[in-house]
Amino acid sequence: MNKNIKLIGQGLLFILMTLVILGAFLYAGFVPGLEGLTRILYFHVPMSWIATLAFLMGAYYSIQYLRKRELVYDLYAESVNQLGIIFALLATITGSIWAKASWGAYWNWDPRETSIFILLLIYGAYFSLRSAIEQPDKKARLAAVYSLLAFVTVPFFIFILPRLYETLHPDPIISEQFTVKKGGMTGRIRLVFFSSLAAFTVIFFWIMHLKKVVIDLNLKFQKLLDKEN
Amino acid sequence: MHRILLVFLKDVKQELRSKAAINSILLFAIVTLTAVSFSIGTFTINEDILAALLWIIILFSSMSGFSHVFLKEEESHTADTLKLITQPNDVFMGKFIFNLVLLSVVVFIVVPLFIAVFNFEIHNILLFLLCLILGTISLSSGGTIVAALIAKASSRGALFSVLAFPILLPVLILGITITRIAFKEGQNVILVPEIQALFAYSVILITASILLFDFIWND
Repeated sequence: MNKNIKLIGQGLLFILMTLVILGAFLYAGFVPGLEGLTRILYFHVPMSWIATLAFLMGAYYSIQYLRKRELVYDLYAESVNQLGIIFALLATITGSIWAKASWGAYWNWDPRETSIFILLLIYGAYFSLRSAIEQPDKKARLAAVYSLLAFVTVPFFIFILPRLYETLHPDPIISEQFTVKKGGMTGRIRLVFFSSLAAFTVIFFWIMHLKKVVIDLNLKFQKLLDKEN
Repeated sequence: MHRILLVFLKDVKQELRSKAAINSILLFAIVTLTAVSFSIGTFTINEDILAALLWIIILFSSMSGFSHVFLKEEESHTADTLKLITQPNDVFMGKFIFNLVLLSVVVFIVVPLFIAVFNFEIHNILLFLLCLILGTISLSSGGTIVAALIAKASSRGALFSVLAFPILLPVLILGITITRIAFKEGQNVILVPEIQALFAYSVILITASILLFDFIWND
């Protein structure tokens, strides 16, 4: 990509993120029922969606590795999972701060809390597996298999668990706000929320792009070195 | 079909000679049961907590014994022979059925002991049995595939628990919920939503394990 376009894009992203942060604290109103806590909404929700998105992309790269057996896909999967664990950790921390302020306890084993915690465990297990195996091709193959196996549990936690335990926790108050049709989210809140989602997604894909560039350059360098020898 | 039976019988014969896996699982389960019962002493426990305790005992004792079935192959260097002779599918099904029988034996021994030690009454036996059967199948399937994953890794014991826990956690959650319903009185239903979810999860887990085992076994 043209260097100038990249710089302009980064500048716009910086401005957007600044606007989102300012908007979250000064511009947007409060959701009835949450009052001052609304502000966490703009950061916690995008981060947890991106943590899940990173996991999905990791599963995609794992499938590509198992199909084509090119090491580059495994390195992509590792990078996206590294980003994913960071976002999942941030989502868990912001979520538990919200829980303490809103429901009085840092951790309640509410279905959504359980899901994000399981995601953290899956990421942790993925990296433990990677560090326990030495050879690169075996590491890649087994890590890809584990990533896909763990993917099986994700539909369970996202779709089945909230349906089963709906009535046990006051989570529906938050769910109502996610439905844009209901009166929970006014125009300003919607604006800041979706801008925040967009800004975080662009940040995620931009960091992924940078990591991919580094991986590709490394591989190219390795190939040149191997050719010389 | 015949080959699956052969792999299963081979593992059974090995197990009957050395009794490594059955000893470790059974002793772990009984020691845990003893420790819990002794430390609770004469206090009576709520049925909700009893359900949770039962599944914790089953989950952790199963995690201690599942990795034996693949470690045996690696240590005695017979894994390569097995790769030459059989298809990956036969190997997985044979070892899955072996782990299933192993866990069933343990559950068959531990559950009556549990009921006797804590002295309570199960009000919905059919639901409880169905929950145990489906739970055993899911645990064995998940445990076998993760055991295959770590068979060649270095720090096997801790790694197995770390890898297996996220995959087996839905079984734990659903099993405890269904067991709680079965322990309480007044509910003679069987097709609770959680049983449907457990059945669905078992099917998904077995299918995913069969599909993925090929990639682990052949390199």
